[in-house]
Amino acid sequence: MLGLNSRDTKLLLLVIALVIFAPFLLNPFPTASNLGESFNAGYPALMQRFVIFGLLVIGFNLLFGLTGYLSFGHAAFLGVGSFAAVWMFKLLGYNVLPALVMSTIIAGIFSVMIGYVALRRSGIYFSILTLAFAQMMYSIAYSDLIGKFVGTPITNGETGLQVYASDPQVLQGANAPVLPHLFGLEMNSQTTLAMGGWEFTFQVGYYFAAFFLVLGFYLSIRIFRSPMGLMLRAIKSNQTRMSYTGLNSKPYMLAAFVISGMYAGLAGGLMAAMDPLTGAERMFWTASGEIVVMAILGGAGTLIGPVLGAGMIKYLENIVSKIQKDFLELWFAFLPDWLEAAVVNIIYPFVGKGWHLTLGVMFMLVIIYLPGGMVEGGQRITARFKRKKKTDAPDGAKTPAE
Amino acid sequence: MGILEVKGINKRFGGLQALGDVNLSIAENTVHAIIGPNGAGKSTLLNVLVGKLIPDSGSVLFEGTSVLGRKPHEINQMGISRVFQTPEIFADLSVMENVMIPCFAKRDGAYAFNAIGGVTKHTDIREQAEAILDDVNMLDKREMIASSMSRGDKRRLEMAMCLVQEPRLLLLDEPTAGMARADTNNTIDLLKEIKEKRDITMAIIEHDMHVVFSMAERITVLAQGTPLVEDTPDNIKGHPKVREAYLGEAQV
Amino acid sequence: MDEFLIQLLNGLDRGAAYALIALGLTLIFGTLGVVNFAHGALFMIGAFCTVTMQRFLNLSQTVIDDTQKDFLGNPLEVEVPYVQSWFGEAAGLAIQDWSVMLAIFLTIPVMLLVGYVMERGLIRHFYSRPHADQILVTFGLAIIIGEIIKYFYGANPIQTPMPSAFLGTWDMGAAFGLEANSVAYPKWRLVYFFFSALIIAAVFAFLQFTTFGMVVRAGMADRETVGMLGIDIDRRFTIVFGIAACVAGLAGMMYTPILSPHYNIGMDFLVLSFVVVVVGGMGSLPGAVLSGFMLGILQSFASLKVVTNIVPGIDQIIIYLVAIIILLTRPRGLMGRKGVMED
Repeated sequence: MLGLNSRDTKLLLLVIALVIFAPFLLNPFPTASNLGESFNAGYPALMQRFVIFGLLVIGFNLLFGLTGYLSFGHAAFLGVGSFAAVWMFKLLGYNVLPALVMSTIIAGIFSVMIGYVALRRSGIYFSILTLAFAQMMYSIAYSDLIGKFVGTPITNGETGLQVYASDPQVLQGANAPVLPHLFGLEMNSQTTLAMGGWEFTFQVGYYFAAFFLVLGFYLSIRIFRSPMGLMLRAIKSNQTRMSYTGLNSKPYMLAAFVISGMYAGLAGGLMAAMDPLTGAERMFWTASGEIVVMAILGGAGTLIGPVLGAGMIKYLENIVSKIQKDFLELWFAFLPDWLEAAVVNIIYPFVGKGWHLTLGVMFMLVIIYLPGGMVEGGQRITARFKRKKKTDAPDGAKTPAE
Repeated sequence: MGILEVKGINKRFGGLQALGDVNLSIAENTVHAIIGPNGAGKSTLLNVLVGKLIPDSGSVLFEGTSVLGRKPHEINQMGISRVFQTPEIFADLSVMENVMIPCFAKRDGAYAFNAIGGVTKHTDIREQAEAILDDVNMLDKREMIASSMSRGDKRRLEMAMCLVQEPRLLLLDEPTAGMARADTNNTIDLLKEIKEKRDITMAIIEHDMHVVFSMAERITVLAQGTPLVEDTPDNIKGHPKVREAYLGEAQV
Repeated sequence: MDEFLIQLLNGLDRGAAYALIALGLTLIFGTLGVVNFAHGALFMIGAFCTVTMQRFLNLSQTVIDDTQKDFLGNPLEVEVPYVQSWFGEAAGLAIQDWSVMLAIFLTIPVMLLVGYVMERGLIRHFYSRPHADQILVTFGLAIIIGEIIKYFYGANPIQTPMPSAFLGTWDMGAAFGLEANSVAYPKWRLVYFFFSALIIAAVFAFLQFTTFGMVVRAGMADRETVGMLGIDIDRRFTIVFGIAACVAGLAGMMYTPILSPHYNIGMDFLVLSFVVVVVGGMGSLPGAVLSGFMLGILQSFASLKVVTNIVPGIDQIIIYLVAIIILLTRPRGLMGRKGVMED
C-alpha cells in the first residue's frame, strides 16, 4: 500500500490505529477512580505532547538513527519553529496553516546554515558543534539579541513571545476565532464521550497534530527504504568505503540534517498551534538531550522506536511526576509499618519532583544493557519466546527482508 | 602511453623523503605489481594515486586526466577502484546492500537524492548486484550481514563491490596480507578468474613474492622512495639490484 | 584603559575556571579516550563540598548560657557550633570563617572516591564503545548526579561566604601607579586566579617530572604502544581519572563565593568547557589552559560598554562564535595535534 511492503504497511496501520484510538487506549481506568487519576493519560494536553514529540523524535532518528551523527542541538530547531509560528499568528492571524508552513521553512533555513558548518566535522566534534550552535541560539533568543538590534522584540527574551490584541494580524477575519484554528475549526474544541465511569475526550488539536505524526512516520518509512536511506546507513557503517565507492557523503548528510531539522521545526510549529506562546527555554540544551534520550530509549535506527520512546518518556513523566508521598503511603499500606516507611523513603526521591532522577537512571540502564532500546528489548523477548516454541514448529525458510 | 602515467612524483614528510622522483607507467590490461621492502614508499604512492595524499611535485594522469587534488570519490568516479589491506566493507549492512551501493554510485554519480522510491524498485540495480554476486559465488549469502562473514568472504565481497563498478583500473593494497597460505591461494585464483573474465588493469602493491610472481605481468621495484627497476617477472627474479634491495628479506 | 584592565582581570578568574575544567576533560579524553559529559557534575560536586563543609562547621549544640537572661529571667539557650565549643570561640570562628579553604580536606578525598567509583564502575566499560555511547552514558550520569544534589540540597542557589580576610577589593590601580581606586579588584577573584594557577602548575609538573606522568603523556601520544610495553595502563587510567576529577572538584570548591552553587551549575559550565577544549585542540593540555584563559578574557572584553553599545549582547555568544570560526578555519584547534580525533 502506498509504495510500502506488507510489513511496513502493517507498521503504519498500527501507528494510525494507535493515534486514532489513543483517547480510549490511554484511559483504561474509570475517570474518577484512584487509578484513573494516577495512570490515565488520555487527556488532550498530554496526547498532544505524545504526537508532537513523536514527530520530533522521528525526525531526529532520520539523522541519528540512520547516519549515527549525534546532534546535541535539535531543540534549537524546535524553538525556531515555535517562534516562527507565533510570529505568523501575530502578523497574519490565527490560522495554523501558514504558521506551520513558515515554521518548517524557517527551521529548514536554519538547519541548512548550521548543518553546512557542523557537518564539516564528524564524530564528537559534530556533537559539540551542534551543541555550541544550539546554545548560541538559546542565548540569542533568551536575551533577545536580534530584538535589541532591530528595536522591536523578536523573541521577547525571558518573558517569551505571545500574541497581543494590538498585533497586526492582517488576515484575521472579523469572525475568526481568536485562538489557533484551521479555517475556523478551533484547535482546542473538543467533544467528550461519557460511557459508564469513563470519559473520553476527542480534541481537534490532538487529531490535527496526530495527522502530522502519521504523515511524518509514513515519510520516514519511505526515506528508510529509499536509496538515500541506504546511503545514509552506509555513512554510518563505513565512510572510508563510501568515498572509495565514488560517493560524496556531504550532500547526503546535509539532506538528512535538513530534513530532520524541518521535522523539528514542524513539531515546534505544532506546539505553538496547540498553545500560542513560546519561550527560549524550549531551546535549552537539556531539551536537546531529552530528544536524544527519547530516541535511544525507544530504539535509534528503527522505525517505530522513536514513537515508542517519545510516548514512553512523556507518559512516565506525566504519571511519575504526579505521584506524591501520600500516594506511596496509600499503595504500600499493606506492608508492615517499618517496611512501608522504608519502601516509601526509597521510592520517594524518584517520584514527584524527582522524575528526572528516574529518567537519568532509566537512560543509563538502557545505554549500558540495551543499546538498541525498547525495540531491541522486544526483539529479545520474542526471540526467547520463539526459541521455546521452535522445538515443534518446522524451521521455516528465512524470508528475505524485502 | 599507459592507462596511468606517474611522472616525477616527490613527497616529503618533514625530513623524510618518502617518494623521490617516481616515474611509473601502467599499461592497459596488464597486471602490474609494485614491490619493495618495508618503508620503500609503496603505501605512500598508493595514497597519492587515490587522492588521499597530495605530492609536493609531479603529475599523475589517468587516461590523460590529472587525478591530483581530486577527492577520493571523484577519483573513483573516473574509473579507479581500490581494495584495501583489511577489507573495507559496510559491515552493518547485508551483502546485497553492500553491492547495491556501488551500483547506485555507478549509475547516479556521487550523489542523487532519491529519498522516496524504494531501493527494491530499482530492478536494474538489483540485477547488476545479483550478477556480480553470482560471479564471485556469493549469491547464496546475499542476505547475510557482512560483518558476520569470514575474512575470505569479506575480501571476496570487497572485490565484488569494486568490480561491479567496472573500473578501468583496480588498485590492490596487499590483498593477501595476514592471510594463511590456503586463503592466499584462493585470493590469487579469484584475481586470476576476474582477470580472465574482463578487461581490467590491476596494480598490486604486495609484499608476498609468491602472489607477485604468480600473477604479475610487469613488476616495479621501489626502494627508498625511488623506482629501482621495472621489468618482466622473469627478468626481475635474477636482477642483482633487487637482491641487494631486499638483502635476503625474501627468498626470490 | 582602567576599564580595560578591570575586564582583563575579570576574565582571569572566569578563564581560570574554564581552564581547570577543560584541563580535566582533556586529561580524560587524551589518556582514556572518553568524552566525559559528567565533568561539569564533578565541578558541581566540588562546589557542594564547600557547602557541606560550611554546614558541618556550623553544626551546633544548644547550651544554656547563664550570663544571659531572656525576658523572663531564665538562662538563655543559645546555639553554639561544636567547633567553637571544642576549640574556643576565637579559633572556632576562624575555622568557620575559612571554611571554603578548609573544604579542601573534604573535596580531595571525595573527588578521588567519586573519580575511582566512576572510572571503575562505569567509564571502564565504555572504552571500546563508540564516542556517542560515551557521551550518552555520561550525560545520563550527569542528570543523576544533578538530581541527587537537588534532592539533598534543594534547587535554589546556596550562598557561601568567603573568608572575611578576602572580602572587599584590592586597589590594583595604586599598585600599578595609577590613580587610587581606579582599578578595584575583588580579592577573592585574585585568590581564585592564583589558586588555579597553582593547580595547573602542579598538574603540569606532575606530568612533566614524574615517571607516572611520563607514562601518561606517552599514553596520550600513543595509547596502544604504551599498553604493549606491558605497563599496567588500566590502573594508571583510574588514577588519571581521579586526578581529573580532583581538578574539577577543586575548581568548583573555590568558585562558590563567586557564584552560589546550585544543582545545574555543572551543566552550565560543561557546555562552555567543551567549547574551550575544542578551541584549544582536543587532547592538548596547554591548548586547554590557553584557550580557557583566552575565552574567559574575551568574554569579559565583549561585555565592555564600548563593545556592547555597538553589538548588544555579544558577550553572551562571543565564545560560541569564536569556537565556530576556529573549528572552520583550524579544525584541529589552536594547539591540537594531527591524528587526534581527526574526524
